[in-house]
Amino acid sequence: MTDTAVRAAPAPAKTGPQPVTFAKALNAALADAMEADSSVVMFGEDVGPLGGVFRITDGLTARFGEERCFDTPLAEAGIMGMAVGMAMNGMRPVVEMQFDAFAYPAFEQVVSHVAKMPNRTKGRVTLPLVIRIPYAGGIGGVEHHCDSSESYYAHTPGLTVLAPATVRDAYLMLREAIRFPDPVVFLEPKKLYWSKETLDLEELRKTADDDGAPGVGRAVVARTGTDATLVAYGPSVPTALAAAAAAAEEGRSLEVIDVRSIVPFDDETVSASVRKTGRAVVIAEAPGFASVASEIVARIQERCFHSLAAPVRRVTGFDIPYPAPKLEHYFLPSVDRILDTVDELQWEDEA
Amino acid sequence: MTIHSESSTGNSADNNYGASMKDGGQRRKGQDSGPSAEEYMLPSDEPVQLVDPRGEHVHNDRYPLPDGEALLAAYEKLVIGRRINEQANALVRQGRMAVYPSSHGQEACQVAAAVVLEKDDWLFPTYRDTVSVITRGVDPLEVLTLLRGDWHAGYNPQEHKTATQATPLATQLLHAVGVAHAAKLRGENTVVLAMCGDGATSEGDFHEALNFAAVFHVPVVFLIQNNEYAISVPLKNQSVAPSLAHKAIGYGMPGERVDGNDLAAMLSVLGKAADRARDGGGPALVEAHTYRMQAHTNADDPSRYRQQSDVEQWVPKDPISRMRTYLTNLNLLTDEVERSITQAAEHMAATLRDGLNEDPEVDPMDLFEFVYSEKTSQLREQAALLKEELIREGVQR
Repeated sequence: MTDTAVRAAPAPAKTGPQPVTFAKALNAALADAMEADSSVVMFGEDVGPLGGVFRITDGLTARFGEERCFDTPLAEAGIMGMAVGMAMNGMRPVVEMQFDAFAYPAFEQVVSHVAKMPNRTKGRVTLPLVIRIPYAGGIGGVEHHCDSSESYYAHTPGLTVLAPATVRDAYLMLREAIRFPDPVVFLEPKKLYWSKETLDLEELRKTADDDGAPGVGRAVVARTGTDATLVAYGPSVPTALAAAAAAAEEGRSLEVIDVRSIVPFDDETVSASVRKTGRAVVIAEAPGFASVASEIVARIQERCFHSLAAPVRRVTGFDIPYPAPKLEHYFLPSVDRILDTVDELQWEDEA
Repeated sequence: MTIHSESSTGNSADNNYGASMKDGGQRRKGQDSGPSAEEYMLPSDEPVQLVDPRGEHVHNDRYPLPDGEALLAAYEKLVIGRRINEQANALVRQGRMAVYPSSHGQEACQVAAAVVLEKDDWLFPTYRDTVSVITRGVDPLEVLTLLRGDWHAGYNPQEHKTATQATPLATQLLHAVGVAHAAKLRGENTVVLAMCGDGATSEGDFHEALNFAAVFHVPVVFLIQNNEYAISVPLKNQSVAPSLAHKAIGYGMPGERVDGNDLAAMLSVLGKAADRARDGGGPALVEAHTYRMQAHTNADDPSRYRQQSDVEQWVPKDPISRMRTYLTNLNLLTDEVERSITQAAEHMAATLRDGLNEDPEVDPMDLFEFVYSEKTSQLREQAALLKEELIREGVQR
């Protein structure tokens, strides 16, 4: 590979607040993490000169060299297994799995080794690595490109599972994930890659350097409300916020919790909100059966039973394989479906 | 004392591992007058043998015989390795260990894999490679922790540069590639030796590991102990390749076949592959032809799938008896030396017996300690629940 084959390094970012996409925030987080720590290496399929199929690694090879950001053979177990060895030997690998369902060949490595290595060595071998997975649907992708696979990872003790929903979190949580001592499955909602926020990247860098705004284990209240709580993460957060905005127009005040950290799960923030509102709907794209959404519902029932005015409900994908692009809008949790479910929460004034 | 060293007389230019593959294996027939890539990489027609089952030296142009002192030192480890296998089997029968996959008959592979490595090199063993790990210098009682049913691995991999004994097949080969790749990126002169069995060569991770190692040109020596059976399935149902070593050529790395019951050949072939890797020559694949003399584990019944007469054919090929004859004929192994070696082996056996006769102290609260660097709130709640139960049962205060 020659130097002319790789893209030129991006120009330094302008200062001050500016529109930043989710993808750009992730790209900046990777670049800043690699700048800050020479043991951080990025690899996967097409992450080199191409910059990744979603351009999340754009410019990293040009800036940091082929030893720090490189393409691998087309083999996900190989990528994952090599990352384990590199982490065992002093590096902080960040790997890209390209698409959610492409990560399945690496599943044995993730479940049998990534998750268990600290355990089977009594904590003597830690694996500070990040598995970046562009995940979930809403982009009109063909089969195997839109799976919501978070339940597989969340069900595996030893894995930390994060799903940012905002551009600010995309940056800060990826920086935190790379610094984190344990392996992190970092789920990037594909349909949010092109969402924008006006942000000051310099300020974000400073926040990250000061270990500020932690995401691991912390949920946040994305919108305050009093009548019911919508609990969502990743790609479903904007939908939940849109539903809350629509409900407000109808005079119903919905609080929205952005879970951010699926494992560890922030029971406190979720419970506090549900105890306050007395009603809850959990929203997730994944099929609902035996899902993260099911787990959240169970936890709310266990902790908030005496505060609940209605059963906790779910709005999830159907229990089917991810549908074709023309049909995916029937599958995905929609504003209407959320509002319909909220309407069913046994409101006394409407009984 | 140096004997039979042929390093200066052997034709090392024709040697598989001596040949420079630093061009990444791109040489093809017709491009120059030298040998083709295939000729560089193909294993020898017969497994390399330096000391035959009668204990006599077999000349080999390409692989020098290790000197007598080195062989004697390794022979002692061989005898100790056999004793470890015997003692561990006995401890299973006595209920002191949960399971022991014996490497009886494969001790030459076990010893050579550990001996050819430097202190800062890495070893990636499987569940059957206990003798390798002990030979590497890890506390034998810590090594056996794995198989007695306590924590999955008893020793510190970082301290000993020895990975935990892997149970899933072939997955550890990729970790070996990662350790080697990290070492290469940091400019460290580390060699990684990764072990697997014949059954593991059917796994996808075997393929990915060899391909990654070749593409990234990292210093990994892959050692397949072909002991002819994957639990009950014979090699012919596992692969129809001319040999498992032949698989190497498809990845662009040299492959070699070696008599796995010949300690001298194992040391020479693995030593050369390790030297070549250390010198930047990249990965290599070594297939050791050996035989699993005993059952897969104590849960296995080998009489269901193989004849005892087949097993007995391997008795005369035993790695210990041939090396004993060879070293005795050289007058290096005297009765006195043999006695001292036997003493060392008995001392090892006593250490294992004494250590495993004590029940390990297990703190149930440790269950929650090594899942995450910091316990999640969910684990803190579950730990509190168990603690309450233990207090009620009077196990803890």
